[in-house]
Amino acid sequence: MVDTTRAAQRPRSMFEKIWARHVIAEREGGESLIYIDRNFVHEGPFYAFDGLRLENRRIHRPLKQFAIADHYAPTQHREAGVVAIQDPDIRRMIEQLEQNARDFGVPLIGMTDARQGIMHVVAAELALVQPGMITTAADSHTTSIGAFGALAFGVGASEIKHILATQSLWFRKPKTMRVTVEGSLSRGVAAKDVILAVVGRVGLSGGTGHVIEYAGPAISGMTMDERMTICNMSIEMGARAGMVAPDETTFAYLKGRQYAPSAEYWDQAMAFWRGLPTEPGAQFDQELSLDASRIEPMVTWGNLPEHALPISARVPHPDEAANEKQRGHYERALAYMQLEPGMRLTDVAVDRVFIGSCTNARFEDLAAAAEILRGRHAVVPAMVSPGSTDVKRRAEAAGLDRIFKEAGFEWRDSACSMCVGSNGDFALPGERCASTSPRNYENRQGRGVRTHLMSPAMAAAAAVTGRLTDVRNLG
Amino acid sequence: MEPFTRLTAIAAPLDRADVDTDMLIPQRFLRKPLTVGYRSFLFYNDRYDAAGKLKGDFLLDREPYTRARIIVSGPNFGCGSTREGAVYAVVDFGIRAVIAPSFGPFYASNAYQNGLLPVVLPEDVVRGLLEQLAAVPGAEITIDLPSQTVTDPAGRQYRFEIEPARKERMLGGIDDIAATGEFAQMRDALERKLEAETPWLTGKELAELTS
Repeated sequence: MVDTTRAAQRPRSMFEKIWARHVIAEREGGESLIYIDRNFVHEGPFYAFDGLRLENRRIHRPLKQFAIADHYAPTQHREAGVVAIQDPDIRRMIEQLEQNARDFGVPLIGMTDARQGIMHVVAAELALVQPGMITTAADSHTTSIGAFGALAFGVGASEIKHILATQSLWFRKPKTMRVTVEGSLSRGVAAKDVILAVVGRVGLSGGTGHVIEYAGPAISGMTMDERMTICNMSIEMGARAGMVAPDETTFAYLKGRQYAPSAEYWDQAMAFWRGLPTEPGAQFDQELSLDASRIEPMVTWGNLPEHALPISARVPHPDEAANEKQRGHYERALAYMQLEPGMRLTDVAVDRVFIGSCTNARFEDLAAAAEILRGRHAVVPAMVSPGSTDVKRRAEAAGLDRIFKEAGFEWRDSACSMCVGSNGDFALPGERCASTSPRNYENRQGRGVRTHLMSPAMAAAAAVTGRLTDVRNLG
Repeated sequence: MEPFTRLTAIAAPLDRADVDTDMLIPQRFLRKPLTVGYRSFLFYNDRYDAAGKLKGDFLLDREPYTRARIIVSGPNFGCGSTREGAVYAVVDFGIRAVIAPSFGPFYASNAYQNGLLPVVLPEDVVRGLLEQLAAVPGAEITIDLPSQTVTDPAGRQYRFEIEPARKERMLGGIDDIAATGEFAQMRDALERKLEAETPWLTGKELAELTS
């Protein structure tokens, strides 16, 4: 029997509380078998279903899964349905997901469902993620929905198969990191700028093996849309998950959504949720604190998310690198990005703008971009892929689509789209793309494409001027 | 899953940090069924030109590395996405082990699931291996899983750590689902407890809403 008296005395973090509830078995110094409350699949991990068939296995709890078409869904010409998709590989990926869901009795949101969208956005919109849960999905940006005070992380296809078969996962207990963002954001500074500043500080692997809790007044003052942007990029520091304590903002967001607790259970759920936040005095393996008021609008200059700088900065020289290893990174990044050390970031011209992805395509993101675009016109090709079909519908009801279209943007359907290109949405080879997505790896948005990450408002500003631009100068 | 015991093979020195999953396999190939074979997708953007022609100058396409069964690389190997194709491509190329100072968040666990052994050694040891391999192309490395040792071309041995349960599964070629089977009763007990504590998440309600 566990000594509950002593355990109760030691202040616990939110992560520790959620973890402790879900451990089925643990091995000292090794992996634990943890229970998974809900698992999401997109078209990608079809290997998992193939494996189940091959091994003649069934899904332990089909209703604790959710299948959502997002990676391969085209962002144009959807009206004609899945059968009309031209590329046979892409069509098969979507048909396969729908077939697998039907065969195994998994709830499905297919391509033409009114609730369709990027699965992390949909998980929030339908309250499929709630405080205290452990959720998984075959996508590294599953970290997004930790914003609800859940432990949410990405897994590979074999692990998906394991979860489908057993509703559990072998997982090494992560370490903990707390990132406290003090103060409040300045005008023109968005959640994306905050997380880019954090990623720049922590670095590509500084969070490896950790779960990050984001705390402090700047975070608790954020909306759910913004908190999801923050948690989304946890993986860009190597962290397995990002979390924000649930509070009134969280509860208000969840209430009344499709899979939120019904009226019968609401009070009980609220009582449970209120017990989740980190207790004062809880210890973290790493602590980091930032002053929000000092954060400027940010952009990435290189080919790693950690290459983030304030828009007022200049492209760094390899001599500025902290060590030999980073120097090598800088040299490679400069060569790939075709930038000269010392040039102003605001002198970097872009060829294309993409507003979309699970990082930054929720309603507030589109509203922020539209605010900049109102009465202005893009000078480079630009497109919007809303985070979900519901975001698209709400944006249209608010007239945002008109602003985008009048500014010369393409107004597309919802999918992962040009963040990753699975559905064929790529920039042209070698183009330089201002993007609201989370990842700027080489060739990710297309062959030789040079990606600069930034907030939706900054991407809108880049579209209007044709170069990286401080959105604060556009008023 | 193929068991892993002891392997002596040519090791390819891929002297680069942060080899990411987009490099290992571009997203556009992840729509291909496994039956097509994933080896040609490995490092596709580095190995093939815009017309899809093999350039032949990439490390793994140069002799003797076409026969390599071990890759030695820099820190944070396989960082980026969860895509398991980044493991399938490596395995299908014939690689059985990757030695690096560290792995990306998903890579090692995906590797274990497919009989690819991720070996973590200190950065200075890996640096030494890379230098030896560069000096003598085609030099062989031995990885002995039972004794958890790597033997470099000069005969020096280095011990690596692996969780006992992982080691057992790799040695036996046992997959995780089989290993989890013995915990089914404990899982059921916790499942009942959780469903009683948070009845709004049981899936029963979900079924009613979905139907």
